Amino acid sequence: MVFREDQISRYSRHIILREVGGRGQERLLSSRVLVIGAGGLGSPVAMYLAAAGVGTIGLVDMDVVDVSNLQRQIMHSQKTVGIPKVLSGARTLERMNPDVKVIPIQERLTAENAMDLFSGYDVIVDGSDNFGTRYIVNDAAFFLRKTLVSGSILRFEGQVTVLEGHTDAPCYRCLYPEAPPPGLVPSCSEAGVLGVLAGTIGTLQAAEVVKKILGIGELLKGQLLLYDALSMTFRKLRVPKDPKCPLCGPHPTITTVSGSSEWVCQVPAT
Amino acid sequence: MAVVVRIPTPLRKLTGNQNEVREEGGTIREILKNLESHYPGIGERLADESGELRRFINIYVNEEDIRFRDGLDTAIKPGDEVSIIPAIAGGAK
Repeated sequence: MVFREDQISRYSRHIILREVGGRGQERLLSSRVLVIGAGGLGSPVAMYLAAAGVGTIGLVDMDVVDVSNLQRQIMHSQKTVGIPKVLSGARTLERMNPDVKVIPIQERLTAENAMDLFSGYDVIVDGSDNFGTRYIVNDAAFFLRKTLVSGSILRFEGQVTVLEGHTDAPCYRCLYPEAPPPGLVPSCSEAGVLGVLAGTIGTLQAAEVVKKILGIGELLKGQLLLYDALSMTFRKLRVPKDPKCPLCGPHPTITTVSGSSEWVCQVPAT
Repeated sequence: MAVVVRIPTPLRKLTGNQNEVREEGGTIREILKNLESHYPGIGERLADESGELRRFINIYVNEEDIRFRDGLDTAIKPGDEVSIIPAIAGGAK
């Protein structure tokens, strides 16, 4: 592709990086990233990807913007309260960068629609708010051989990892074989979350997506990054591929995407 | 011999808001037993009725998940650090 003058200016700080260059910027512009959850994590992820010139960004979320979201969901604003999050988000992203095509998908992600929704994208980003969705996202990404950049937040702590169960790297089920049972756990609105934590974790996810698209650096594959905002510490733990994994192990028992995303937002009980 | 056990935020109410505690024990199983005796209620959050570690909680010794070592019988040496890492799912709402 040939850059327009305005694109050369817009992406100049990328293009002068030897690791990105014109070719890397072209790659970003032709890439397609699907963001699950247009909320706390999805906002910074989608905004940095839009600014970076990721050509197509899909947003999946069925909710409308609520005033209680605005403490951390920076893609939305007072003006978009009451509007579907995916439309509010699309408006923000398109204003940031007209090069970006945003595909708003105002649906609940389910076992039935996940494979279809994911199939046109290069990288999947999980910023969802419940375990049911996280296992559906993991399984669909695995069957379609897509890289999954997973982030989660609670109170003052966050976790980030890059999952590629279709390779020799682990999947989400290798890391956490089962979701906590419903009922054992309070909802996230009860547990609370430090707003800026969503920015920290979402921005780390965006960095992993951009690196994956550009093919540079080392991804958080087989590693779990833990961030504690209170002690201001980052730690990386090793996550091996589980030889007994029912999805990506050598003797799988899960062969299709199943399960329900109709879970309330859950955390291990306090 | 006491080692540091890192407590994740969801469980800190049970440890009087301490983000790390020190516990004695030569294996993870002994450490969990001592943890429960000092902080009653934490044990059932980590293990089920049969004593098996819950499958949405991981315990690490330094950077290694005990599931890929000797499970609850994983031996602890002086200076090791034990971390309890629960699955968390928050992000969008």
